[in-house]
Amino acid sequence: MVGDDLLNANKVTVSFLIDGEWQTGIYDVDLDIAHGEVLALVGESGSGKSTFATSVIGLHNPNQTKVTGSITLDGKELIDLPDEEQNKIRGEKIGMVFQDPLAALNPLMKIGQQIQEALDIHDVYQKDQYYDRVIELLNDVGIVNPQRTANQYPHELSGGMRQRVIIALAIANDPDLIIADEPTTALDTTIQAQILDVLLEIRDRKDTGILLITHDLGVVAEVADSVAVMYAGQIVEKAPVQELFENPLHPYTRSLLRSNPKAEQADDELYVIPGTVPALSEMDHHKDLFLQRVPWMQDQADEDISDDLVEAKPQHFVRGNAWKTFEFQDEKG
Amino acid sequence: MWKVIIRRLLIMIPQLFILSVMVFMLAKMMPGDPFGGLIGPNTDPKQIEALREAAGLNDPWWQQYINWIQNAFHGDFGMSYTMKQPVTTLIGSRMVNTFWLSLLAMILTYLLAIPMAISAARREGSWWDRVLLIYNSVTFGIPAYVVYLLFIFIFGFTLGWFPTGGTVSPSATGFFPVLMSKIYHMILPAVTMALLGTTAIFTYLRSGILDEQGQDYVKTARAKGVTENRVFSRHILRNALLPIAANFGFVITGLLGGAIFAETIFGYPGLGQLFITAITSRDYSVITALILFNGLLALFGAMLSDIIMAIVDPRIRIE
Repeated sequence: MVGDDLLNANKVTVSFLIDGEWQTGIYDVDLDIAHGEVLALVGESGSGKSTFATSVIGLHNPNQTKVTGSITLDGKELIDLPDEEQNKIRGEKIGMVFQDPLAALNPLMKIGQQIQEALDIHDVYQKDQYYDRVIELLNDVGIVNPQRTANQYPHELSGGMRQRVIIALAIANDPDLIIADEPTTALDTTIQAQILDVLLEIRDRKDTGILLITHDLGVVAEVADSVAVMYAGQIVEKAPVQELFENPLHPYTRSLLRSNPKAEQADDELYVIPGTVPALSEMDHHKDLFLQRVPWMQDQADEDISDDLVEAKPQHFVRGNAWKTFEFQDEKG
Repeated sequence: MWKVIIRRLLIMIPQLFILSVMVFMLAKMMPGDPFGGLIGPNTDPKQIEALREAAGLNDPWWQQYINWIQNAFHGDFGMSYTMKQPVTTLIGSRMVNTFWLSLLAMILTYLLAIPMAISAARREGSWWDRVLLIYNSVTFGIPAYVVYLLFIFIFGFTLGWFPTGGTVSPSATGFFPVLMSKIYHMILPAVTMALLGTTAIFTYLRSGILDEQGQDYVKTARAKGVTENRVFSRHILRNALLPIAANFGFVITGLLGGAIFAETIFGYPGLGQLFITAITSRDYSVITALILFNGLLALFGAMLSDIIMAIVDPRIRIE
């Protein structure tokens, strides 16, 4: 199912101009997505997941943001593309699904018009095909009465319906890559599963690559082929999904998995990672930043480590050295 | 859509009733009655009483209200005591003047305010944005009559570019010269009113644009590959114009209300000037009619605004 490389991100670093100073939001990120692959990018709020997605689609404000490194889509470099070419990539090669389905649709435009606009900008479909294509798209994302929905305004639809419409928008021109930024966070659990099914179905049919940004490990286990874990703007671990869940290495990944509630441990107290992600100005990306939040590993927290990830097992990459010795305090014996 | 309009019209019935009762009560609370001023000190009080009886002033108040409202429905608001003309005739001739002056002022105001707001919002924080913000605070804060007087002094007296009063030059004859003369007389007051009147539209639109720019649906449009210009015109601007469109109902009915300061100072015989004249000479029948008329305009303006809102914003439409 997983084919050739589609997206290659190499040493992507994004800095923001904050109060006259450049501060690094994400640092040295390497990620690859193949045709037909679902890569989940996980991490807590503020870890830089969305910043990475925004750089791929080139939507940062160029006056306040600096992106270095290389992001290629099918071999074509995306960083620093002129606006005109950038607009051709957006919506045609890369489709984007946003988190909040109500806010992401223009309240004054009918659903059909909004999808049609996506078709109108690009030359993939001809004008006389627009209406049929709109209906086909709404059908594809599982909307029961597409003719009716095309003629409705966003406020007339439920949250789940709106998210289906957003997906229809994202896939309007059959993109090679879909970036889904927390696509199910605002939805209830049953609708979540339906929306994920819609995404997977599109992947199966069109061999689309999907970058799925989420903090929900349940979603990851359900749909991802591989997982990259991000902390404080860096990838700390990446592996095929089964390997990562069975064999987490980095202390952050292990803490994340441990803090996910499980039904069989319903009576135990839930594990909570103390502290929060450090502020941008306090990030020293040459250290293993997560160790600041592990009181019993302070001796390693100040140690400089390599920017590169180590292949600890085949296909399983991890950053730093802490994974070799890390144990939870109650397990130490 | 029709349901919205019909519902909105029905709401106006109680509003109109309350408005008319309030105006009537205000008129009744005013001291004296018409016969106090018309009749000399030597007139027999019995004669005055007879006149009062004949005019219905001794009837119970509800009977008087019904008489008054019946006459008002037929367009009869009585006579102006100082100008010895029917109030309706007086208002009618002034309304035409007021309408054209306000219309010109309104068009100029929109032509100034909308480009100002767009250019300021697109370069938020730039020196140009700051200049426009300061300009709009100053014109909002400064007393209008000071500027009116200053402009009459500079452009009317000193430079002599524009006439300093009236609606038409007495020497103009024939359709076209009269028309040109009327426009010529309107230019200075209209331009001055427009220069001072941009603040509300400017502020609404500028902050509206800034608000909409940050919305998620704008990000969606960009992610679709929509060009920056099209994102602005089709998404940001259209949404930011909603409050301006809603306000338009009040603005166009306000055209008939008259500009009290501008008309008085520029010596322009419109409803605003009539209102001030009527108040200073205690011409009660004119005052009452004008207050009722302005109240009506406000009600219609609100209704029109609601209907415009329902047309431009699908979220408002009630099924």
